[in-house]
Amino acid sequence: MLGLNNADRKLFLIVVCLVAFAPFILNPFPDNVGMAQFNAGYPDLMQKLVIFGIFAIGYNILFGLTGYLSFGHAAFLGVGSYAGVWMMKLLTMNVVPALIVSVVVAGLFSLLIGYVSLRRTGIYFSILTLAFAQMCYSLAYSVLTPLTGGETGLTLSLNDPRVIGVTEVDGNIPVPHFFGLDMQSAVDLDVAGWSFTFSTGYYFAGVIMLVAFYMSVRLFRSPFGLMLRAIKSNQNRMSYTGLNARPYTLAAFVISGMYAGLAGGLMVAMDPLAGAERMLWTASGEVVLMTILGGAGTLIGPVLGAGVIAYLESIISTINDSILHSWFQALPDSLENFLVTILHPFVGHGWHLTLGLVFMGIVIFLPGGIVEGGRRIGNLFSRKKADDTETAPEPGE
Amino acid sequence: MGILEVNGVNKRFGGLQALGDVNLDVQEGTCHAIIGPNGAGKSTLLNCLVGKLAPDTGSVIFQGNPVLGRKPHEINQMGISRVFQTPEIFSDQTVLENVLIPCFARRDGSFRMHAYESVNDEGDILTQAEEMLEEVNMLSKKDMMASSLSRGDKRRLEMAMSLVQQPQLLLLDEPTAGMARADTNNTIALLKEIKEKRNITMVIIEHDMHVVFSLADRITVLAQGTPLVEDIPENIKGHPKVREAYLGEAQV
Repeated sequence: MLGLNNADRKLFLIVVCLVAFAPFILNPFPDNVGMAQFNAGYPDLMQKLVIFGIFAIGYNILFGLTGYLSFGHAAFLGVGSYAGVWMMKLLTMNVVPALIVSVVVAGLFSLLIGYVSLRRTGIYFSILTLAFAQMCYSLAYSVLTPLTGGETGLTLSLNDPRVIGVTEVDGNIPVPHFFGLDMQSAVDLDVAGWSFTFSTGYYFAGVIMLVAFYMSVRLFRSPFGLMLRAIKSNQNRMSYTGLNARPYTLAAFVISGMYAGLAGGLMVAMDPLAGAERMLWTASGEVVLMTILGGAGTLIGPVLGAGVIAYLESIISTINDSILHSWFQALPDSLENFLVTILHPFVGHGWHLTLGLVFMGIVIFLPGGIVEGGRRIGNLFSRKKADDTETAPEPGE
Repeated sequence: MGILEVNGVNKRFGGLQALGDVNLDVQEGTCHAIIGPNGAGKSTLLNCLVGKLAPDTGSVIFQGNPVLGRKPHEINQMGISRVFQTPEIFSDQTVLENVLIPCFARRDGSFRMHAYESVNDEGDILTQAEEMLEEVNMLSKKDMMASSLSRGDKRRLEMAMSLVQQPQLLLLDEPTAGMARADTNNTIALLKEIKEKRNITMVIIEHDMHVVFSLADRITVLAQGTPLVEDIPENIKGHPKVREAYLGEAQV
């Protein structure tokens, strides 16, 4: 089925289930308890999870397979966003043309940047991509203000032509839609204290992420994927085997750039504005973190890494001192204050500190990322099971 | 006229004349050994043949086509394959994948965006790769990571990777370096079999005289970057110039 082998099909079905049931999985606590703080089942965050998932899946095709560490992928995300908003300004609020043009424009940009950057390898390649991304950021932030909206960002307005759509609806800017399906609409479901939100935008982005994930699985298993891994493994042997590494790396670079453009376009489809900060080098660094945290070169790793980072960012940054106090209420005052003081730097604006610690822990103890952790736990269980069967008494004894 | 002609190749590294006016004429289907003391320019010559180094002057003609000025992957696609002194393999990949890559390179050329099919659907290529592994007695290790192989197995794997491309010319850079006697004899047997069965022309650089004299049809002796003599093995053994330059050291 689907041209996948058994293990990959299982993995794909797991991801399908995760995406389909995310509104439940991410909302494990009823609304009225303190732990509801950790619920992540609201549309904005879920959309962010899948969109960064797409970004990381694409980045993994370049970094995970070929080992080329690009520090400029946020540029393609930003370019995709701008292209998407322009389509919504000029053509229609339907997200389809916006997404297509986002992918195409990001692809062209990555072709240009990749063509130049891939002349070098290793750290020089990374620096070149970083330089290009920062150039794109500066251009978007100041020089190209008429095209990008500069500091304020590119937003929709009532005067936009939208030649094949409508300019305004009842004096308001229309919302992004997929052939009439409103991206910002949502259905709430209240069950015994729990409230689950099913957002159209989330499921739209989720389906696109599944397609993107499926395509990356196919690519990993194809001869093309084999060649990309060969580049990471031994480029010298590759050229003495009659293979030209350059077009392979360029193709991988453009594909991952197009994934980034798709993610940028989807961000716009969820919330139609684009700002230059999306292209900043910290945004490029974030996708590197996601991929490494989840497990570079693995199929599911980048999705998990993107999920963990987006989750930590949204949840931990909302925790403040009063929430901390309410957690430790039951303890004696002095201990309560002590714990709050200790934890204070790690929450709120200090969430980066938590992320840094998590990242260091994973890189030092699990170099293969979350996926390796899962594999080790799996091995532990299967070994235990094997031991059990060995020591099981013979029937009839 | 041979399959490979090297005419007047010169290469200088700064003040050092690494190769001085090297001429070589390798006949099709023969095994041509290049021997010489350390620093004689053997590896430099090989690097010039595969496009890793560009000689200062001279020409290299393979089957009537000039080799110089082409990139390593283009030279490989012409039908020249190289085995390295220390095995160059794809260490992060399985043994089978290591052999699959050259199979695809041979079928699809130097680049093909082949992203739709799965590797497992490529029945012909898989059979081809497994047959090759069988031939070098490594089929049972096909799912092992290449990095975990012993040195001798890495060497055999690299040989399999070269042979599966069915090259017309095989360049071997000390194929038995660092091998035990038994492994060396296995390698000699393997190379002999290849030569007889596939009629591949070989150029071999080797220190081990046992290997050279059991394989070579012709021997060129290099010393200080210039060929001293070129002859059949029987005449090389007793040649006074060779004794002086090379064998003498070993036989004292």
